[in-house]
Amino acid sequence: MSIEQFKNRNVSDDYFLVDIEDYPTDGWGKFKRVVKRTFQGELFVGLWVVLREMIKFDIHTVQYPKEKMPIGPRYRAVHEMKRLWESGTERCIGCGLCEKICISDCIRMETRIDENSRKEVSEYSINLGRCIFCGYCAEVCPELAITHGGRYENASEQRAHFVMYEDMLTPIDMLKAGQQQEFDGFGAITPHEDERVKKTPLAY
Amino acid sequence: MDMAYLIETIVKIVVIMLIFSALAGLGTYFERKVLAFMQRRLGPMNVGPYGLLQVAADGIKLFTKEDIIPTNVVAPIFKFAPVITAATAFMAAAAIPFWPQFTVFGYTVHPIVADTEIGLLYVMAVMAIGLYGLLLGGMASANKFSLISAARTAAIFVSYEVVTGLSLLAPIMVVGSLSLIDFNNYQVGGVSHWLVWSQPVAFILFWIAAFAETGRTPFHLIANDHEIIDGFGTEYSGMRWGLFFIGEYANMFFISFVIALVFLGGFGDGGLGGALALIAKVAFFFFFFLWTRAAWPDVRPDQLMWLCWKVLMPLAVINVVVTGLVMMF
Repeated sequence: MSIEQFKNRNVSDDYFLVDIEDYPTDGWGKFKRVVKRTFQGELFVGLWVVLREMIKFDIHTVQYPKEKMPIGPRYRAVHEMKRLWESGTERCIGCGLCEKICISDCIRMETRIDENSRKEVSEYSINLGRCIFCGYCAEVCPELAITHGGRYENASEQRAHFVMYEDMLTPIDMLKAGQQQEFDGFGAITPHEDERVKKTPLAY
Repeated sequence: MDMAYLIETIVKIVVIMLIFSALAGLGTYFERKVLAFMQRRLGPMNVGPYGLLQVAADGIKLFTKEDIIPTNVVAPIFKFAPVITAATAFMAAAAIPFWPQFTVFGYTVHPIVADTEIGLLYVMAVMAIGLYGLLLGGMASANKFSLISAARTAAIFVSYEVVTGLSLLAPIMVVGSLSLIDFNNYQVGGVSHWLVWSQPVAFILFWIAAFAETGRTPFHLIANDHEIIDGFGTEYSGMRWGLFFIGEYANMFFISFVIALVFLGGFGDGGLGGALALIAKVAFFFFFFLWTRAAWPDVRPDQLMWLCWKVLMPLAVINVVVTGLVMMF
């Protein structure tokens, strides 16, 4: 492919250059242009266009607090912590990968060994003032425990109100009702993963 | 002076003041709605049904806002300037007949504050004085944008006074009077008697000049939001700014009345139908002010001056000469 073809921006053969008349140089030419423009009626075209839109009444306003636009499943708003579907326990295993990968350093977690000698998350906080919603935490999480949600209305007295661990965690009754939404975004399991996964060869 | 006449006049003044102050507020509502519909929006919707109480909300806001007098402004002039604009706008209404005369309980009411012999001249002259509100307000503001606006105000108003005066001269020659009631009575015979048919050029010129006189959109250079912020109104806040606003909208209504009365037959024979026709005509001209705001871009100041002095004024003079020749022979 030659460079000329790359530079050719005419995606369609219907494109043509607009015919622009030369500017008049003498007074008579200018006068003729004024008369022509005056009686061309272009001003009425503008008037008709806006009146037509008023009569058609094709309103595009979304009355925001009452109506909301649908947002995509991959939208990255305030984080959510998920639960396991079967047992209802928290998915987070306290591995600390999200804390480690967070490029704006806004995730902080504290873990301890509980009485069953399992690792347990005792403190988990996200500083939304620093968070840039890059989605790395959701991508890196091996358990699909931290994801992004669709809650984008962050108006409150304090930003910390949005990242209480209990608020981010799926409520247990919602989980039992089967209403926990899996995150389809970056880092989530691709659909039909079971069919594509290869069994570990046991021959050796 | 007769006591009854005095009371009647005061009542008329109060009624006109109240109606047109309210209409100025309502005019902003209509402007927002019309502009919104033309741009596929809804406009104010939340305050009251269909946003109708938005006007009241704006009023409360304007009245309760802090009245800021910035440092470095010439305080007395700065405070007084909005009063000039609003007052002259309402003073101009004194010679406009808003409704044909009617009888209430055997008492004949003339819905015009002062039916003077020089009504039209008075209306145009007092409207022109409104220039001082904008000019003084802009110059006293200690703000460069306000100063530019003041300079433009002076240039535009003084220039377009020439056009309004000369374009109205031809109809005045035809009618032979300056009273708006005489203008109305001249055209009483119906649509075919309207002055717009015998004076189409004067009608178009006056209509164009009305946009400059009221500072509406194609000629909105006085308070051009996108280049000189709000011009003379930049430093104003609260009710002082509101007075400028009321003055502008009242002017739009009054100039619409003048156009309808001078060129489009006014209220005709004085019946109810004629009166409602006058309201309809005024409503159309007011709507046209909003319509052009949605449709047309602003012109540059030099283009505006060019239009005034090289196109409109020669046309107006030619119109006067031709009218004179036709009347002579």
